[in-house]
Amino acid sequence: MTTTITLTDGTTEDAPVPAEKRDDRTPLLEIRDLQISFTTATGTVNAVRGVDLTVYPGQSVAIVGESGSGKSTTAHAIIDLLPGTGKVTGGSISFGGRELVGLHRKQVEDLRGREIGLVPQDPMSNLNPVWRIGTQIDEALVANGFQGSRVERRARVVELLGEAGLPDAARRARQFPHEFSGGMRQRALIAIGLASRPKLLIADEPTSALDVTVQKKILDHLEGLTDELGTAVLFITHDLGLAAERAEHLVVMYKGKVVESGPAAQILKDPQHEYTKRLVASAPSLASRRIQSAHERGAEAEDLLAEHADEVEASAPDVVVAKDLTKVFRIRGSRPGGHSDFTAVDSVNFALPKGHTLALVGESGSGKSTAANMVLGLLEPTSGTVAFDGKDVAKMSAKEQFALRRRVQPVFQNPYGSLDPTYSVFRSIEEPLALHRVGDRKSREARVRELLDMVSLPQATLRRFPNELSGGQRQRIAIARALALKPEVLVLDEAVSALDVLVQAQILTLLNDLQAELGLSYLFITHDLAVVRQIADLVAVMKDGSIVEHATTDEVFDNPQQEYTRDLLAAIPGASLEIGG
Amino acid sequence: MPDNRYEKTPRPGQEHFVAPPEDVQVGVVDAVDVSEAPSSLWQEAWRDMRHRPLFWVSAALIVFVILMAVVPGLFTSASPKCVLTDSLGGPTQGHIFGFDKQGCDLYYRAIHGARASVTVGVLSTIFVVVLGTLIGSVAGYFGGWFDTILSRFTDIFFAVPFVLAAIVIMSLLQDRNEVVVAVVLATFGWTSIARITRGAVLGVKNNEFVTAAKALGMGRLAILGKHVLPNAAAPIIVYATVALGTFIVAEATLSFLGIGLPSTTISWGGDLAKAQEAIRVAPEIMIYPATALAITVLSFIMMGDVVRDALDPKARKR
Repeated sequence: MTTTITLTDGTTEDAPVPAEKRDDRTPLLEIRDLQISFTTATGTVNAVRGVDLTVYPGQSVAIVGESGSGKSTTAHAIIDLLPGTGKVTGGSISFGGRELVGLHRKQVEDLRGREIGLVPQDPMSNLNPVWRIGTQIDEALVANGFQGSRVERRARVVELLGEAGLPDAARRARQFPHEFSGGMRQRALIAIGLASRPKLLIADEPTSALDVTVQKKILDHLEGLTDELGTAVLFITHDLGLAAERAEHLVVMYKGKVVESGPAAQILKDPQHEYTKRLVASAPSLASRRIQSAHERGAEAEDLLAEHADEVEASAPDVVVAKDLTKVFRIRGSRPGGHSDFTAVDSVNFALPKGHTLALVGESGSGKSTAANMVLGLLEPTSGTVAFDGKDVAKMSAKEQFALRRRVQPVFQNPYGSLDPTYSVFRSIEEPLALHRVGDRKSREARVRELLDMVSLPQATLRRFPNELSGGQRQRIAIARALALKPEVLVLDEAVSALDVLVQAQILTLLNDLQAELGLSYLFITHDLAVVRQIADLVAVMKDGSIVEHATTDEVFDNPQQEYTRDLLAAIPGASLEIGG
Repeated sequence: MPDNRYEKTPRPGQEHFVAPPEDVQVGVVDAVDVSEAPSSLWQEAWRDMRHRPLFWVSAALIVFVILMAVVPGLFTSASPKCVLTDSLGGPTQGHIFGFDKQGCDLYYRAIHGARASVTVGVLSTIFVVVLGTLIGSVAGYFGGWFDTILSRFTDIFFAVPFVLAAIVIMSLLQDRNEVVVAVVLATFGWTSIARITRGAVLGVKNNEFVTAAKALGMGRLAILGKHVLPNAAAPIIVYATVALGTFIVAEATLSFLGIGLPSTTISWGGDLAKAQEAIRVAPEIMIYPATALAITVLSFIMMGDVVRDALDPKARKR
């Protein structure tokens, strides 16, 4: 990766002094005992309770924590961007020797952008869709007091975009956000964040919405850029692997408090606090092998892994076989009546052996979800077949197909969308039983209770509604619901992608236990290769609708055959770190 | 970059720090909070509404108006007979509002006028909700040609001025009563609710729980009825509450113009028309039906506001 930066005009008063020359023994940002609370209808919520944080000039520091840990709140307090009723109720934030708490709004506005830049989380919603990219960067320059004529400003915009790694920047500046991909938008946001050469850049989950390979490219670029400019970076992330790879100092937050902080490598190698230990143990990017099911956990890992690999090759019959599976979508063309064909899935072949997990891995747009929907019978293949136990689904009668529904069930990604909010937990889990007329009222209720036990949720959950439960709990209910009809195959479409690391590890363990207990076969759709290693026996890597590599998990990880697979593996955050799992 | 970070001694303020274990209790991962009673979205909306004074004000007014409509005898025992000698007479004992030009008791008429207004309002709202929800949900859920045809059909009706069309139709009809007025109003008033339903259904139908129901083998109509419509109900309810008020206004308008309810039925609109004849000599006559009408409509619109706030997912705490 190359980063060439030509600092524009010779007159760069507000450009920072190169990192070497700066006195880097005085902290740039010092947060002491910060307290932040939100006022809600039910009372005051203390979101941040006494946080200490120090950032030196040119240094990169990461705050790691799960959702609700107060990491974003802390970062937003620095530039007074607390949402809603949030208020700093105590402590101090000093930036370059200046106290920021209690500053007047106007003074904070002067600081924002000029001294402290922000790269927000969601590239999709943080650019105004009705304005050209160039205009939005231009606006940032004006707001931050860029001195210079219109022409100079225009030139600077193009330069900034080029610097952020967008080729053909002059043309890109005239385009609108919808013409940009997610990665390009994030680059534009980085350009805005760095427009006025701030001394500190706050990067709030800057790449969590992007594909891993894009994420790696952008983070590499950002790192090069800030190194060169001497900008300090404060990363906010849920991903311990990413944090450890990109930052030298880590701050681990939990429930509004710092539980552990220190040099990144030390924390990762030798976590001290209970919570950090858990986090390090369950970060998928750091894990090096498959999660074991409950009864396997006692046994020797090495033997079992070897055994597992043999099993796949040898005996297990295939439950699901996809043969030359192809799906072509018709896309409406620009002229009325006109259309073009888009091949989402292109003659894909895979087989799911009974009792095992096949992971379909790919980045967004690779066709993995389309393939899954065809297996679920939600989409009809354009050509090719899906067979269950050797029987072609397309040739089944309507009655047989309805019966087949009981044998294949899905669990979806979004824990907030996969349960009907108007249904109680009981009704949600009972629905499949009622629909397929399994048993009577009493036996159905008994079955629902049994299913709740299976996914380790208390019986008290029965009468609750999805809005009262966390993402992980909803996902457990979605799993219980999917298991209600005793299916043989579960299609897990990014089923753990939206969850916090610890919860994700918990759900993965649950899935593994259930598989061992009930002999389930999983078709596991994911973009996250790190998770694949924890759960899958077989991996099929998809790219642009085709499977580029199909092998056992160990083969794919230890000896990837394709360039693309190698790229994917290298892009896992934390992949470069050497830590014993 | 060589990984020599571990070897470097941390700078002041960045030394390795570990919170004392008793400081932060690390709980069970993802434990279920069983402290609060279970509550559905509707229960939460109710809890939210209970704390709003506006809800209680509008609810009290609505109850009052409905009581007037159902048992007017609770409020007045005056005789419905009009005595011409009382024409334009001021308030007297037992006739607190006085009399109109025909010598009818104004208080009696203000109370009894509620029945016509509420009947027409409720009936047309029911018709509109049934028709609009049906058309809107079918258009939204099935999409494709259904949607194109039904949406254009809705647009055609939408283009017809609601009150004007009602005037034309009503003036053609001989036999006019509350049901007829409600049907005519509903015929031209269902379009907004159809559009709202269509939008809400479009928003709900791509949810994963709908896909999950499909994967269970549930039929399309069953999904529409069991999953999609209940989740699209909130905006429909909000609109229906406000629409009830506007239908009452529309009925009053028609009756005022003399083509709504027949003059034998007591209605606020009709009384307003009569009061208008005497506006130069006795303008105060107009106040009573007008106030009754305004309060009724206002109470429904306020209620719609409260319900919308309570059902708005963005305003919800969780």
